Amino acid sequence: MRITAPACDHLGVMSEEARQTGRLDRRADGRLVAGVCAGLAQHLGLEVVIVRLAFVLTIVADGIGLAAYLAFWVLVPQRYEPHRGRDWIQVLSYGALTVGASLLTASADAAQAALWPVVVVGLGGAILWQQASGDQRQRWMRTTAHPLRRMWRRSLLGALLVIVGIGTFVAQRVQADQVRQVFIATAVILTGVAVIATPWLLRLWQDLDTERRERVRSEERAELAAHVHDSVLHTLTLIQRNAHDPREVARLARSQERELRTWLYAPRADPDEMFAAAVQKIAGEVEDHHGVPVEVVCVGDCALSEPRGDSGDRMAGGDMRLVAVLQAAREAMVNAAKYSGAGSVSVYAEVEGDSVEIFVRDRGKGFDIDAIPTDRMGVRGSIIGRMERNGGTATIRTAPGEGTEVRLEFKREPRK
Amino acid sequence: MTTVVLVDDHQMFRTGVKAELGAGIEVVGEAFDVDSAVAVIKEAGPEVVLLDVHLPGGGGIEVLRRLHGSTQAKFLALSVSDAAEDVIGVVRGGARGYVTKTISGPELTDAIGRVAEGDAVFSPRLAGFVLDAFSATDAPAIDPELDQITQREREVLRLIARGYAYKEIAKELFISVKTVETHVSSVLRKLQLSNRHELSRWAAARRLV
Repeated sequence: MRITAPACDHLGVMSEEARQTGRLDRRADGRLVAGVCAGLAQHLGLEVVIVRLAFVLTIVADGIGLAAYLAFWVLVPQRYEPHRGRDWIQVLSYGALTVGASLLTASADAAQAALWPVVVVGLGGAILWQQASGDQRQRWMRTTAHPLRRMWRRSLLGALLVIVGIGTFVAQRVQADQVRQVFIATAVILTGVAVIATPWLLRLWQDLDTERRERVRSEERAELAAHVHDSVLHTLTLIQRNAHDPREVARLARSQERELRTWLYAPRADPDEMFAAAVQKIAGEVEDHHGVPVEVVCVGDCALSEPRGDSGDRMAGGDMRLVAVLQAAREAMVNAAKYSGAGSVSVYAEVEGDSVEIFVRDRGKGFDIDAIPTDRMGVRGSIIGRMERNGGTATIRTAPGEGTEVRLEFKREPRK
Repeated sequence: MTTVVLVDDHQMFRTGVKAELGAGIEVVGEAFDVDSAVAVIKEAGPEVVLLDVHLPGGGGIEVLRRLHGSTQAKFLALSVSDAAEDVIGVVRGGARGYVTKTISGPELTDAIGRVAEGDAVFSPRLAGFVLDAFSATDAPAIDPELDQITQREREVLRLIARGYAYKEIAKELFISVKTVETHVSSVLRKLQLSNRHELSRWAAARRLV
């Protein structure tokens, strides 16, 4: 809805302008000679360039345009309005166009009949282009907005066609002694058209550019809005509903904070590929599941599975063992969150060269490690056993009332 | 009694901090943007400034820059952001430490006291960043005294990153708390003065250099 609003505005302005054009007068602002064309264009609701080209054509064809122009000049009163100076480049280009076309009609009789349609079609095309609404132009541009290379190929083909066409035409229709004049006249006309069209094309280009930038910005805003809506607003609603349960509220807030933080600051590393991202992800899951904040600090990083050696194949062994270390770390975090009673859990993961270390620490109630029944799998099986099976070590430091720290050490396969 | 100025653009946060600060700390002024912070700190002359990293008017960095050399106050940076360039940036700008806003009241009181005494305060995450920045790279150190941290300093930082308090670190390494503080202050000095590439990169991200 926000996008359509400016368009309505624009239309509103246009109709306002149209209502004001009750009587014909000569414009002072934007005039090239006497303001006749500008006044007529506004009166008729046409683009001024069309009126001007019509005058140029009628002047070139039989001179009646000149008479008409002089008549308008004399008969139509000038509107009093503040005005800028004349745009001399435009005056020059229309002049060049008129002179060039007159030259052509005067000198190359044989060419005249065949050339007129070309000129008319060309001008018609240019005018159509300028007249087209922004949407249409954009659509046209989009269909032609191919990769640069294809556009170049197309331009080259076009130029080639034009040269071949002109060459054939000149060779067939024009006498040898007139060639020079025809070329001069053509050059003058083309220059005139180019000079007239350039500002329009430039403006078109700038419009497109502004449009594109605006679109990128609004897309970003839409993405942000979508994100805030999906996650933040959603969480706030949940928090209101769970206001009676402080633990749940803290968990929700914490989980949302982590997600937002990742979205805002963190480089998006894939937790399936990078070690540090995997540790963060596991900590987040434990935190969500058990409602205890898990603070993670990572130093260094490595890929979970990387191509090694010259063959570039993945060492499945090294890969799986690192995953096992991560599973042991998860188990340690779960234990700390679930049983220690501590308010938070600290996780420190370090990769330095080939050695990987993870520390999971809590300031909870701790336990007597010798007092764990042998059938309890948690610590022995999931942490110590798992680490040893995969060539690492797990050290547990704990005592009742002293908190617990689990230290996991592991050596990666050295690089070849 | 330690005098403190709170600089944060969130009224609610300032109120919360004030309520949580323990006895022995007196809030002598509050500010909500760079200009007011500079004015209030100059006027109140506190021992410690709690400085928000993200602040209207150029951020905490700008406050540090504008007051450089004209105040005796020590700065403790507070932020919700864990971005390395924010943390490293504000510390290189002159802050004596960095803590996140999730810090508990007693911990914050403790950190303010430490900063007031001239010591440094490192959060686990800041310790992690420093370890990352000073970890072994192949690039030779230009100034070994500033561009490298000693083995002992590394041990202290790792324990901070593991969530140990200074007292626990002292016990772990069989040294005094004072020695731990000395090591941390030494790391802070290196962090502020070193020209290591990693630090310059982080600082450049905050347009400090």
